[in-house]
Amino acid sequence: MSLAGCFGCHMSFLDIDERLFALIERVEFDRSPLTDLKAVGRCDIGLVEGGLCNAENVQVLREFRAHCKTLVAVGACAINGGLPAQRNHLRIDELLRAVYQQRDGLAAGAQVPDDPELPLPLNRVHPIHEVVHIDYSLPGCPPSADAFWQFLTDLMAGRTPQLGHGLMHYD
Amino acid sequence: MTPAAPLFLLDGHPVPFKPGETLIEAATRAGRHIPHLCWHPGFAPHGSCRLCMVAIGERQLAACSTAAEAGLEVRLHGEALAAQRRTLLQLLFVEGNHFCPSCERSGACKLQAEACEAGVEGPHFEQLYPDRPVDASHPDVLLDLNRCILCGLCVRASAQHDGKAVFALGGRGLGTQLVVGSASGRLGDTDLAASDLAARICPVGAILPKRRGFAVPIGQRRYDAAPISALPETDDGMPPP
Repeated sequence: MSLAGCFGCHMSFLDIDERLFALIERVEFDRSPLTDLKAVGRCDIGLVEGGLCNAENVQVLREFRAHCKTLVAVGACAINGGLPAQRNHLRIDELLRAVYQQRDGLAAGAQVPDDPELPLPLNRVHPIHEVVHIDYSLPGCPPSADAFWQFLTDLMAGRTPQLGHGLMHYD
Repeated sequence: MTPAAPLFLLDGHPVPFKPGETLIEAATRAGRHIPHLCWHPGFAPHGSCRLCMVAIGERQLAACSTAAEAGLEVRLHGEALAAQRRTLLQLLFVEGNHFCPSCERSGACKLQAEACEAGVEGPHFEQLYPDRPVDASHPDVLLDLNRCILCGLCVRASAQHDGKAVFALGGRGLGTQLVVGSASGRLGDTDLAASDLAARICPVGAILPKRRGFAVPIGQRRYDAAPISALPETDDGMPPP
């Protein structure tokens, strides 16, 4: 699942290429950006990319925690907020006004969107472990396909995932 | 016939030392890596990062400021010491804004390299997200205090090597930060030069040369090919001038 992510971790996961065929023989995907399921069911493993930037992120994260035996913070954003957390030294109301009201080229009378259908942003971006318990972190921005593969094969074999030099990186 | 050099044991391996040497000096000379951030062979020990903690009997001591003695049995590895090093590294990471994906020191950063080697996968502590303004006032050197780990290497290099005393550590507790010795507090108002050792010795991405970002391809950066423990001390931490 992607929260305040860029979908890059999902793309890096897909970079395992033809190993996806081997994987799909062994696993079944529940709610995911790659499936059409709208609600998360009982799962063994939940992979979460992105930090928490709005109210909907928090709700979705809590649903994943409630339904997944093992929850994994995937990528720099989920782990420490990542580059989106660089907004944490700015005021969110000033940011929204700068983008939706004060930017050059906006139509006259442009306002910050306020429809209740839209989730309100949080004051600050947070890593996911500050809201729910995380079982593992898979670092990288994004983690490499080989890191995903090593991590998932370890987990499926019942081993504690070990990345080691080359697969372990934060950038 | 010269008498044999005295020895101490590091995880059971004999390490020869010269009288007056610290544990980390002798171990480094013998090609054994003791994790560290604030120690540098050219300067007196600082003792702030605590990464070089070793166990001698029941006691834990910093290898950078403990004199070698003949027959000492020093332990560096072991689950408790490894867990303590991971905790120290996690604390350093949450105290700053270590967003490696956009940092120009990534791949050549000692903090990052020691954390990777120690197996730090996540932070475990709440992020402090400090908000210290970046000082871009100097024409050639950028200062981002949100990445500074207070190792004091720039302070020592500036005072003892460059003879300038551009930097100091000021404040108390969590408010401690690197301060710049000009009336305005701005780096641009000091006589720091980009060629000074103080401008090059930072082991993390706090003091960076301007206009030279991302010059080394991924895969060829200092710690890409091998973990930090496998590299000689002279080959790490000190960016080329």
